[in-house]
Amino acid sequence: MLRLENIIKDFGGLRVLDSLSLQVGEGLIFGLIGPNGAGKTTLFNIISGLSRPTAGRVIFNGTDITHLPPSSIAACGMGRTFQNIRIFKELSLLENVLAGMHRLFTYSPVAMLLNLPVQKREEKALREKALEILELFHLAGKAKRQAESLSYGEQRKLELARALATSPKLLLVDEPAAGMNPAETEELMGEIVQINNRGYTICLIEHDMKFVMGVCRQVAVLNFGELIALGSPQEVKCNPLVIEAYLGKEECK
Amino acid sequence: MTEFLMSFWQTYNTLFYTVLVHGMLALSIYITLACGQLSLGNAAFMGIGAYTAALFTLKLNAPFGLSLLAGGMLPAFVALIIGVPTLRLSGVYLAMATLGFGEVVRVVFLNMSITGGSVGLNGVPPKTELWHLLLVMGVLIYFFLKLKNSRFGRALEAIREDEVAAAVMGIKTTSFKVWAFVIGAFIAGVAGGLNAHFTFFLSPREYGFDFAVDILTFAILGGTGTFWGPLVGSTILTILPEMLRFLGSYRLALNGLILVLVVVYLPNGIITVKKKD
Amino acid sequence: MFLQQFANALVLGSVYALFALGFTLIFGVLEVITLAHGAVFMIGAFAGLAVVTKFNAGLIPAILVGMMASGILGWLIDLLAIRPLRKRKFHHLAPMIATIGCATFVISISQGVFGAEIYRFPFDFMPATSYNFWAMQLTLLQIIIVGVALALMLIIIFLLNRTKWGKAVRAVAETPRTAALLGIPVERVFQLTSFSASALGGAAGVLTGINFNAIHTFMGGPIMHRGIAVIILGGMGDIRGAVVGGLILGFAEIMSVAYLSSDFRDAISFGLLFIILLVRPAGIFGSNIERKG
Repeated sequence: MLRLENIIKDFGGLRVLDSLSLQVGEGLIFGLIGPNGAGKTTLFNIISGLSRPTAGRVIFNGTDITHLPPSSIAACGMGRTFQNIRIFKELSLLENVLAGMHRLFTYSPVAMLLNLPVQKREEKALREKALEILELFHLAGKAKRQAESLSYGEQRKLELARALATSPKLLLVDEPAAGMNPAETEELMGEIVQINNRGYTICLIEHDMKFVMGVCRQVAVLNFGELIALGSPQEVKCNPLVIEAYLGKEECK
Repeated sequence: MTEFLMSFWQTYNTLFYTVLVHGMLALSIYITLACGQLSLGNAAFMGIGAYTAALFTLKLNAPFGLSLLAGGMLPAFVALIIGVPTLRLSGVYLAMATLGFGEVVRVVFLNMSITGGSVGLNGVPPKTELWHLLLVMGVLIYFFLKLKNSRFGRALEAIREDEVAAAVMGIKTTSFKVWAFVIGAFIAGVAGGLNAHFTFFLSPREYGFDFAVDILTFAILGGTGTFWGPLVGSTILTILPEMLRFLGSYRLALNGLILVLVVVYLPNGIITVKKKD
Repeated sequence: MFLQQFANALVLGSVYALFALGFTLIFGVLEVITLAHGAVFMIGAFAGLAVVTKFNAGLIPAILVGMMASGILGWLIDLLAIRPLRKRKFHHLAPMIATIGCATFVISISQGVFGAEIYRFPFDFMPATSYNFWAMQLTLLQIIIVGVALALMLIIIFLLNRTKWGKAVRAVAETPRTAALLGIPVERVFQLTSFSASALGGAAGVLTGINFNAIHTFMGGPIMHRGIAVIILGGMGDIRGAVVGGLILGFAEIMSVAYLSSDFRDAISFGLLFIILLVRPAGIFGSNIERKG
């Protein structure tokens, strides 16, 4: 579904990603891990079009999206969340999700001005769908509240809901559990699996090992911009390179 | 009683006309602020619209509606040319690009013979009636009401809140920003055309940076959370100077003070939208 | 003829560069485009003029007093209009709008005090001596202007690159948060930058006032347009860019007046700005602008 070919990224003389090649298969929950500064978020930015690779190609569902702008990549079916939550703080939860659904709306400016039936129909149908998505994250009860009023963990969930609302084929999730307490993390794991069961492919960056080991079917490990291991969570965990670079003292069970 | 009303209207009808024109200008800058962009060129767009509409009337004897339409179209077209390269970039580039634009417009008006050079245009026929202004204002309010809860309005708000996140949602941020800027220029141009047909006289000096700051102050004072804010702000700031005549040349200082105080202490302006908590 | 124009361009360009240097420094460190820089420039010119007419002071005291006055004004603007915004999250337009407010306020008050008339230095303030170099004729005044502008720019560049203060400023410009973690007093650096950058604007004001022998309350507007064009041309926040950009703009204006027409002189900076946004929005020295992820 997603294929990265020899991605290189330099930031002012510093090589952040070094000929990275990777494939994410359809239907997976794919984990991307590695120590801080390994280039994980940079890779997400390149995939979603916010940043351009110095060299290499990004192929998504057979299309070369390397040089497309972010909005076109989103239109190809790529959704994402951010490490530092970027919800629309002054909008309500419902409006956040509806903004996420932007590309699903089709009515014209004329339909807007004249209140044509097509507008009413779309607005109604998608509003219902938006509430459904919020319900998935147990947020439907707060749909009219301002997004800023949510707790940190809820804001992360709202961002996930908004990304899901774009109805992506591939969902990039950047550190979904960061700043969550253990109970919230547990709940989030369930929700991620549930989303995946609905047919969404997920690629996630996460530092919480329990989380990664618990939900991911395949894990790639980055260190200093290089791919050092790829495999099932179990395989990766036992890879000596990984243990040395990242997991450190953690045991291989 | 009727006599009182008549004399009241005679004294204040110009003020009322001005309130409506300023309201339109406040809306013209609001639509760019609504997607997080600052245009300091709306006074210049008003000027282009005023000159274009006046020239259509004076030279071509065009019907009033056509003059106004032309007065809206030319600034919209100019906005398109400025907007496309500028609005690809994020943040403050539009403000910087439009700041110097008023100067260019002034220089062009001063040096063209058709615009009357430094003398300006005289004797524009008084065609603007109250109902013209009310009609245009009504259409604008209808437009902004419809925009509010539509996919287009949401896209603009999303861009204002976080441009990067909006782009990742599939919103074509650049084209929305350009549209907002172009529509704003159109509104300012029509307002200029209407204004030209009741002040009779156009001078190249009227559409400079000071007036751009006036327009900005209308919107900032009222608040940019909803389009009612700029309307309230422009009404207050149009009526207030009449009452504060004693300030004389310090009137602009009041604008400056309002901008600083509102931005620092009242960031949402005086009209705020409350969401349930 | 061409060489003479070249000399004139150098004089004009070095003042533009000096103005733009302060402007770009504030952007680089505070990440604020201060549209009050033109008003700061104007106040510097008036302060310089005041010490000359009231106390019969010479050129150097005039420049120093102008710098002091502008520096204090810049510091006050930062304190009252920008600093409160730093303390909380704000929309990126907010500080810019606040500085527009400051500019409007300062200019309007000055107009109330000084009126709309044009003030001049005493006619014997600068001797009319001039010197010949090859085919160029330079007045003493022009040599002084270029000399003072270059000296101030070199001092600032030296301070930024070689001193502890300069290192702190550059660290804050890079990432304020990391700088704070390293124990750099970020707030003080902001204030110091506002003061010194505004002082440069004040020096440019005094030099411009002497150069054209005309000081008036609306002199800040035109140079503001030019300053904006220069920092976009050179790359926003780039010191070298401000200097080179200033010289390029000075050159472009003088040449267009000499060989085309003087009618559109005030529109040259906008034309340059528009072209640069079209072909190379990051400016001459700017690295490519990438959106932050």
